[in-house]
Amino acid sequence: MSAAASTIAHEVPPQAGPRAFLHRLRQGDEIAHLLTLTFAAVILLLTSMLVYELWRNSHLSRTQFGWAFFWTKVWDPNFDDFGAAPFIYGTLVTSAVALVLAVPLGLASAIFLSELAPRNVSDVISFLIDLLAAVPSVIYGLLGIFIVVPLMRTTIGPLLINTVGNLPYLGALFRGPNYGVGFLTAGIVLAIMVVPFIISVSREVLLTVPREQREAAMALGATRWESTWQVVVPWARTGIMGSIFLALARALGETMAVTMVIGNAAAIKASLLSPGDTIASTIANQFTEATGDLYLSSLIELGLVLFLITFILNGLARILIVATERGGGRPA
Amino acid sequence: MSSPRILWRKSLNYVMLTLTGVAAFAVVSVLFLILGYLIWNGGTSLSLNFFTQLPKPVGETGGGMANAIVGSLKLLFLAAIMGLPVGLLAGVYLAEFGGKTFSFVVRYTTDLLNGVPSIVIGIFAYSLVVLPVKHFSALAGGVALGIMVIPITVRSTEEFLRAVPGNMREAAMALGASKWKTIATVVLPAASGGILTGMLLALARVAGETAPLLFTAFGNRFWSQGWGQPIASLPVMIYTYAVAPYDDWHRQAWAAGLVLLGLVLVSNLGARFILARTKAV
Repeated sequence: MSAAASTIAHEVPPQAGPRAFLHRLRQGDEIAHLLTLTFAAVILLLTSMLVYELWRNSHLSRTQFGWAFFWTKVWDPNFDDFGAAPFIYGTLVTSAVALVLAVPLGLASAIFLSELAPRNVSDVISFLIDLLAAVPSVIYGLLGIFIVVPLMRTTIGPLLINTVGNLPYLGALFRGPNYGVGFLTAGIVLAIMVVPFIISVSREVLLTVPREQREAAMALGATRWESTWQVVVPWARTGIMGSIFLALARALGETMAVTMVIGNAAAIKASLLSPGDTIASTIANQFTEATGDLYLSSLIELGLVLFLITFILNGLARILIVATERGGGRPA
Repeated sequence: MSSPRILWRKSLNYVMLTLTGVAAFAVVSVLFLILGYLIWNGGTSLSLNFFTQLPKPVGETGGGMANAIVGSLKLLFLAAIMGLPVGLLAGVYLAEFGGKTFSFVVRYTTDLLNGVPSIVIGIFAYSLVVLPVKHFSALAGGVALGIMVIPITVRSTEEFLRAVPGNMREAAMALGASKWKTIATVVLPAASGGILTGMLLALARVAGETAPLLFTAFGNRFWSQGWGQPIASLPVMIYTYAVAPYDDWHRQAWAAGLVLLGLVLVSNLGARFILARTKAV
């Protein structure tokens, strides 16, 4: 009897102190803990190394050009003179075009999927849209080169020049020679690529809006559209903003599809029809041919700039989405 | 009966609701347009030679991309052996052991790493592997893809481990199993379907990545000479062939695009299928 009691007492693990540690060590728990902890730490290590390597390898360019790197408009490898302004401009313009096209389309689709479509139809369509998000970017580039570029050159470009191009102010965006490649083409391809992200995140967020909100609006006599637009969408707006930020971060960093259709010219032009370059497309195009340390270093500094921009945007997007999903998204 | 105001509100209602439907329809039709165009163009250019022959020199028609197909598989293999274990174990840590602050930091960093543009990952792998030895290599490409695999695997592993009911853990521990034994013999097997799906999706995603390979694995018009040498891959081949001025190369780019998209979509569908079956059990 007393022997049995002592075995039982022995098998109950002590709660604290060095003996407890030894016990867990013997059972393998501490080893498993440490092992998995190490691998979790590898992620932190990798990410810090990423930042460090970008910082270290862009040293030459940073000391040579300083802050002027951001507003210098010249990118001339022959004279070792490098400025990022044309590429920052190109990145912002193409992403802006993409968002102008993708946000209304994406938001409207998300509203249709969450508010109107029957649940099973909505699920099937969402599944198809998720597949769209899985298509590799080089394939979007392929379709861009062979479908969108010819279409821009022969149809859309001339049409825009002849109609919107004659308007004051706005017309400046659609003037000049039309090559088919350029900011607008890149923006269109980017829009097609980021729409799935806006739809799937916005739909999730819209589905979390409580039914009572819709019912209350309807009970007050609102039409379906009024209840959606004036009650449901404002409720979910933080999360929708999050989805847009996520899409923006992706558009800014997208490389292949843009590189293939933007025309590759380090120039700042007002016309959306003119060829340009983004940060990512410049790195993709010139990295392997970069001769000279300063050239390479400047390209790596471009990478650092791109990293910092997407870093900030992704952080903001996460915060917004988490805030909505916790119910903090309702209008104050 | 109905005043102009109500008539206006009602018609606005119908117009806007119809527009949302049109938008959703337009987005879905883009998918079918992509699929249709690729199948049409790729299908007519695809032949047995594509899978068995090396690329022909510039100017000669014909040839295939056998080296790029094998190259892509080799790069995926490298990415899998480097990225998946890290992702799996870090995911186990977050779901089973993690404390509060450190887990938050790891989770946040993982999301951050997931959001880093792939071209920047390419620069990182370049400075890590290519710069020290001064030449492009399959290994560098594998490192770049492996890094991209990690964050996707971590998050899906954690999610599926958390979905395992707590009473399964309690039952195992009540039978006297230690914590790691519970995890290794009860929790992980219960979540294995989901975890495998996550891994498959991660590999499917990096299989189509081009940007990080441009200046790591580089490319090769012949069979690769080894892990330390440049290697061809399907996405990079599509890029090089699409921007080249030769019609025959364009045809091959379409064929390669079809093969790549087929690979990616099949693994996506397969992963979802596995997931649906495990959930049903």
